[in-house]
Amino acid sequence: MMLEETKKATYTIPVGPIHPALKEPIRLALTVDGEEIVDVDIFVGHVHRGIEWLGMNRNNPIQSIYVSERICGICNICHPFAFVMAVEHATGITPPPRAEYIRTIIAEMERIHSHLLWAGVAAHEIGFDTIFYLTWRVREEIMDLIEYVTGNRVTKAMFQIGGVRRDITEEQFPRIRQSLDYYKSLFDQLKRVFLDDKTIQMRTKNVGILKKEDALKLLTVGPSGRASGVPKDVRQNQPYAAYADLDIKVTTPDILTGTVVGDVYDRIIVRLLEVKQAIEIIEQCLEKMPPGPILAQPKTALLLKTLTKAEGEGIGRAEAPRGEVVHYVRLEAGQSTLATWKVRAPTYVNLMSAPTILKGMQIADVPIAFASLDPCLSCTNRIVVTDRATGQKSVTDYEELHRLSVEKTRKLQR
Amino acid sequence: MELLSPEKIIDSFKTALGDGFIDAKIYQREVALKKNKFRSIWVEVKQSAFRNAVEHICYLQKYPHLAIISSSDLGSEVELIYHFTIYYGYHLEELSLGLRVKLLKSDLRIPTITDLIPGAIFTERETQEMMGVEVVGIPDKRRLFLPEDFPEGAYPWRKDEKGPPSDMLRVLPGRKQKR
Repeated sequence: MMLEETKKATYTIPVGPIHPALKEPIRLALTVDGEEIVDVDIFVGHVHRGIEWLGMNRNNPIQSIYVSERICGICNICHPFAFVMAVEHATGITPPPRAEYIRTIIAEMERIHSHLLWAGVAAHEIGFDTIFYLTWRVREEIMDLIEYVTGNRVTKAMFQIGGVRRDITEEQFPRIRQSLDYYKSLFDQLKRVFLDDKTIQMRTKNVGILKKEDALKLLTVGPSGRASGVPKDVRQNQPYAAYADLDIKVTTPDILTGTVVGDVYDRIIVRLLEVKQAIEIIEQCLEKMPPGPILAQPKTALLLKTLTKAEGEGIGRAEAPRGEVVHYVRLEAGQSTLATWKVRAPTYVNLMSAPTILKGMQIADVPIAFASLDPCLSCTNRIVVTDRATGQKSVTDYEELHRLSVEKTRKLQR
Repeated sequence: MELLSPEKIIDSFKTALGDGFIDAKIYQREVALKKNKFRSIWVEVKQSAFRNAVEHICYLQKYPHLAIISSSDLGSEVELIYHFTIYYGYHLEELSLGLRVKLLKSDLRIPTITDLIPGAIFTERETQEMMGVEVVGIPDKRRLFLPEDFPEGAYPWRKDEKGPPSDMLRVLPGRKQKR
């Protein structure tokens, strides 16, 4: 009798919603049988700030650009990018070609910094802090470049409906090229560090597998989807801005390894290759950038008047570092705010694949597997382990989970 | 897989839906220097033909990508747009497809599509709690973003009396209370 009860005993581990290392809170309830995860439930909404409501009730469309920039601290280019495109589609305003190229350059700079940030976090999650420090030191170069081009490291305020607010001039090109050359010279080293290291391979290969069919059904986008072989990249499929002039190919892991497994290792490959691709895109944009104005309507008051009179709807899609961002906007004549604004961030859909990925894994693999999705809101502080059979409760925290992960790495290294 | 042109896609909707088809339009604009086209299709269908329309999209593209459901309060009715993308994986060929369906406020019900597209669950849950549209047959009825203590029967995106109660809204200095 006792034996049977022990067999059925499972633990429920709530993970989150506060996490000191990552940006935003989320709660995962992991049901575990011993070390193995048997079920996962997700709770979001801890930081729902009603941003769409502000755009529909308080702000005019130009003010909404700045609010959209603050949807996410890391993707603060792709959200205004998709938003201004949606408004442009709704109103018929066409940005000048030079602005399209500047937008593309800034968006790719963001991709480089975001992927490097992720690579550092991933190394930290498996207890490889040397690589974490190395990657984040290397990342400083792109942050400096972003500051040089836009005037700010984080919120760049570059976007305006019908163009961009700051130009990139000829005199700035050498400084930009210098940074790109720096990354090109480093690429082989980064590739060696992340892909050839035995410990990283042991912790990431065949861990957190997401099959192509599951990825398609659960609508996974971005590098997480592409690592599973889903050929989805807006820059290739439905190109916007200067991407429409460039011949961009979807990055899947088989370019490097010949096969698609869909594990954490494949997600590292995709992100590393995309850093290289981003450098190439910026170089091409610098070469091809046409002269001309950067704004369709430089006078903000006139632009606002046009927007208030405008009627229509539009959809803007941009490929963020984490996947596709979609903004839907509807404008009504005579209304100073947006009539409807709907934002779809990539993590919104990518989260749905977390249960599939985590099921059947060990608790020590949770940090790296969950972080491999690069969720823009993330996990793991107070962990309450409840033994259902005995009703026993023990409380651990993020450090404990992290310690488990590091311990596993050390064990494998021996 | 055969890639249909936007016009042919609309024709195929007309044949598949018959009476249920209301209207469709194609939006396109030229982008950057090479003037490649950015194209999107907007199809409006009747509430009764909605399931058939989604099944037809699944026929056009195996595993269509559902980006999001957007919803607008239009006064006497609520408009839902299901934003799909189809024909991904091909350079310049992908299309955005907005499937529009208008529901009368006296009958705010829409069938679930999670059996066809399992990943639709989050956006269906969000539409249900934010707009008050009942998703019939949804496998997970819980709220997604709203906290448990948010009042029942109030829906943040509604612009009528079912919107968020006025004592929950902070009024900015110099502005008047809306309701």
